[in-house]
Amino acid sequence: MKQKFKSAKTFLIAASLIIAFVIPLITENEYYLHTLIISGIYILLVLGLNLILGYAGQLSLGHAAFYGIGAYTSALLMMKLHFSFWLALPIGGIAAGIAGLMLGFPALRLKGPYLVICTIAFGEIAHQIFMNWESLTRGPMGIPGVPSPGEFSIGSFVIDFSEKQVYYYLVFIIVIIALLLNYFLVRSKTGRAFVAIREDQTAAEVIGVNLTFYKLTAFLSGTFLAGIAGSLYAHYIGFISPESFTLGESINILVMVIVGGMGTIIGPIFGAVGLTFLLELMRAFADYRMVIYGLILMILIVVLPEGTMGGIDILRRNLKKPQKI
Amino acid sequence: MLKLEQVETTYGHIRALKGISIEVNKGEIVTLIGANGAGKTTTLSTIIGIIRPKSGKIFFNGKDITRTPSAKIVASGIALSPEGRRVFPKLTVMENLEMGAYSLRDQSTFSENLEKMFGLFPVLKERQKQMAGTLSGGEQQMLSIARAMMANPTLLLLDEPSLGLAPMLVKSIFATIDEINKKGVTVLLVEQNAKAALSLAHRGYVLETGNVILEGTGKELLDNELVKKAYLELL
Repeated sequence: MKQKFKSAKTFLIAASLIIAFVIPLITENEYYLHTLIISGIYILLVLGLNLILGYAGQLSLGHAAFYGIGAYTSALLMMKLHFSFWLALPIGGIAAGIAGLMLGFPALRLKGPYLVICTIAFGEIAHQIFMNWESLTRGPMGIPGVPSPGEFSIGSFVIDFSEKQVYYYLVFIIVIIALLLNYFLVRSKTGRAFVAIREDQTAAEVIGVNLTFYKLTAFLSGTFLAGIAGSLYAHYIGFISPESFTLGESINILVMVIVGGMGTIIGPIFGAVGLTFLLELMRAFADYRMVIYGLILMILIVVLPEGTMGGIDILRRNLKKPQKI
Repeated sequence: MLKLEQVETTYGHIRALKGISIEVNKGEIVTLIGANGAGKTTTLSTIIGIIRPKSGKIFFNGKDITRTPSAKIVASGIALSPEGRRVFPKLTVMENLEMGAYSLRDQSTFSENLEKMFGLFPVLKERQKQMAGTLSGGEQQMLSIARAMMANPTLLLLDEPSLGLAPMLVKSIFATIDEINKKGVTVLLVEQNAKAALSLAHRGYVLETGNVILEGTGKELLDNELVKKAYLELL
């Protein structure tokens, strides 16, 4: 059957999906696979923050805290209580989500810069707990030897999750599920409520949006995704320490959301994958790496104030204009 | 239909409403007039539940809604077109109207409501794909009223619909309010433009620094010496 794609967008999405699916089959290069797995984990983080910031309009600089809570919860459950990975993963997400609800409550009362300070403080508290609860987290030494999800056998067919290709597909599938859930969430009544709150909180209230419920929903769902990302990270890298879950990491995730394009579904993927690869590509610059990275970010924000997706929209509008005349 | 009993609302130590009692009967247009800071907007915000009164009671169709969450108040049939219009500037006209229907349980009436609003405000139909922030002041006011009407209210609260509009537009907005009322929607209209509001309204209340100092029919108030002196002479 011949199928015509309705638009370039659908074609692009389908093409990138197929490419993402076949990459592990055509390359054995561990470094590429590693970067792609890390990109996938960042997609989850960025999707989560995008719900909170891009859709519901609540600026949080504490996202790394939930990433860390997911990572520590899941790793410790598996190591100390011998949970299976398949149970530890969702519990990591839920733990982060519950912590996210706790951050959501002050967000009911605070706006703008005040909320930002509150989220930074929250992130710092989480960081301090990872650092100082030594009996549980081993403090700054971190937790080495976080086990991989292990093997999964169906008859004589064994899937070994300690292999990069296999882990790649695990992350791939979870990212697809998260994308689909995101897609349906933002198109639902909930998504409309988020946008109304982002655009004008008072106006949202007078059209009958329950601010309390939807702000908390945004924080819960966004931080749940961060927790899942944390769990995937911990069992992939095999080592977690407080250093991975700092304010710097929160800012990094925020930059990905903004560069990709807030309040879009595709934007966060651009931001997460693009910036992860950009950072890797610049390893050649050694010590100057972060300086150049910073410069590129500044240029990107000036050239594309609404992020990559916003830039594409502007480009499309400009291309359309001459045709009308 | 709507009854406020001794409602007192405060912002910290400032008593914005000092125990006001107001009644709006079904089918009426009732107006609240008064100068800046008299408590007009506070009254509407208190009715729809954005601010909670310190004391007093609010009844809607006999039910006490004093502590009801605003989402439920809107769903029960009160809609507000807030002060300064407050349309969603970065959303299109159509998206704004969709947002207005947010509290509708039965989404099947959406297209019906939409047709009604496009009938009432044809300019919104023309501009449905335009971003609301790019509309003129008058068009934004129409959108704000239309957005409120999308929720199928039985009681429509309007906060200064004439603010910042040219006299011709004020006339047309007031004519539309009359039309909405004739279709069976009760209206509580807050205005600084006392003359236009009192000419349109069946009844009115005059607010001064958080108190109701006068009430009567629109005509009575228009003829009242105090009202004439305080609110009409300069216009």
